[in-house]
Amino acid sequence: MINKRVNSIEEALEGVKDGMTMMFGGFGLCGIPENCINALVAQEVKNLCCISNNAGVDDFGLGLLLQKHQIRKMIASYVGENAEFERQMLTGEMEVELVPQGTLVERCRSAQVGIPAFFTPAGYGTEVAEGKEVRNFNGKNYVLEQAFKADFAFIKAWKGDHAGNLIFNGTARNFNPAMCGAATITVVEVEELVPAGNLDPNQIHIPGIFVQRIFQGQSYEKRIEQRTVRKRQ
Amino acid sequence: MGLSKEQIAQRIAKEVKDGYYVNLGIGIPTLVANYVREDIAVEFQSENGILGMGPFPWEGEENPDLINAGKQTITALPGASFFDSSLSFGMIRGQHVDLTILGAMEVAQNGDIANWKIPGKMVKGMGGAMDLVSSAENIIVAMMHTNRDGDSKLLKSCSLPLTGVGCVKKIVTNLAVIEVTDDGFLLLERAPGVSIEEIKAATEGSLTIRAEVPEMVFK
Repeated sequence: MINKRVNSIEEALEGVKDGMTMMFGGFGLCGIPENCINALVAQEVKNLCCISNNAGVDDFGLGLLLQKHQIRKMIASYVGENAEFERQMLTGEMEVELVPQGTLVERCRSAQVGIPAFFTPAGYGTEVAEGKEVRNFNGKNYVLEQAFKADFAFIKAWKGDHAGNLIFNGTARNFNPAMCGAATITVVEVEELVPAGNLDPNQIHIPGIFVQRIFQGQSYEKRIEQRTVRKRQ
Repeated sequence: MGLSKEQIAQRIAKEVKDGYYVNLGIGIPTLVANYVREDIAVEFQSENGILGMGPFPWEGEENPDLINAGKQTITALPGASFFDSSLSFGMIRGQHVDLTILGAMEVAQNGDIANWKIPGKMVKGMGGAMDLVSSAENIIVAMMHTNRDGDSKLLKSCSLPLTGVGCVKKIVTNLAVIEVTDDGFLLLERAPGVSIEEIKAATEGSLTIRAEVPEMVFK
């Protein structure tokens, strides 16, 4: 068994430098790598290019990096929940590339599986297609999009073992699987880290080959963005 | 004038057929789930990785790992499944979703739709909208017929940045049900208490009106 376990957040983030491109799993605040984000804030890494579906909220998730002006460029599909983000974007303090969500995840997955570029119908006829090759297949138009190149991918999973095998929970899965192995170094934080042999191979969502470092996460806040409920009569 | 948001959702719910997989956008579309007939089998897909999306949880039972595309806490119905975002957009792009319902700022008479950006004012991003409109065969737009200033939202051509081209098939507004055809907008139904003149006045794009335009029925 190849051991991917690291014992400290410092070990997990070894090699992180200013100016790097980093992927972050999560959809809204669901399934975000809370411990890694906190560590990046504490280490004061700067000029980051961050790839993630959203930008957190003002005081949680990637919003924490935003507040400290650590992000030079954001690549995301929707950034509406974060007022500071909109402000930095409209003033030009931060560069933003808005990418259709399906294209965003497919650019991650393509990097993971060695596909340099792919055609998708999303964005054809819109500003998203500007400057990109367009081709017609079977009477329909598609836009050529390229795989990302990233230095680090920060992943949140539910359970993982020392070999780096991962299981995700509910809708906290989202972008995490496609980002594993999509960057040079993939770092995973899990709620429950177990020895190899504890997880049923049939239950594994992502095999450890896509993971370089895994560690036991701590103190998850798991903030809820919109607490919508039914009240019992 | 015309229908409330709930009533727009109620009319759209009639378009949901037995055995449909349906994607609901944020805003008015989410209300459609409340009005779908109880005697048909329908599964709601949420782009962030769930099929078989259920209603909001009972108070106190919220699960932070179970949310919808609008980041609201939800539940999962019997027969539900979880999957990752690449498979989620795979089922969207691969045309496995039968019906997509979403909102719009503008729709043009050729079916172009703009619903993601107001330059200089609102640039929140397109989320999954561009994937949905470029892939779905069956798209229904839920929107108000005019904007806050009283200007028409059904136009000759869109002024706002486009989400997709030539993709909208049907629109349900507070005033009317409208189909998009090769000859532009076609008025199918009018809202109770709303006249044809009012609908015409509120529609900038080319609108074909037949001799008989029935009133909307909600059941």
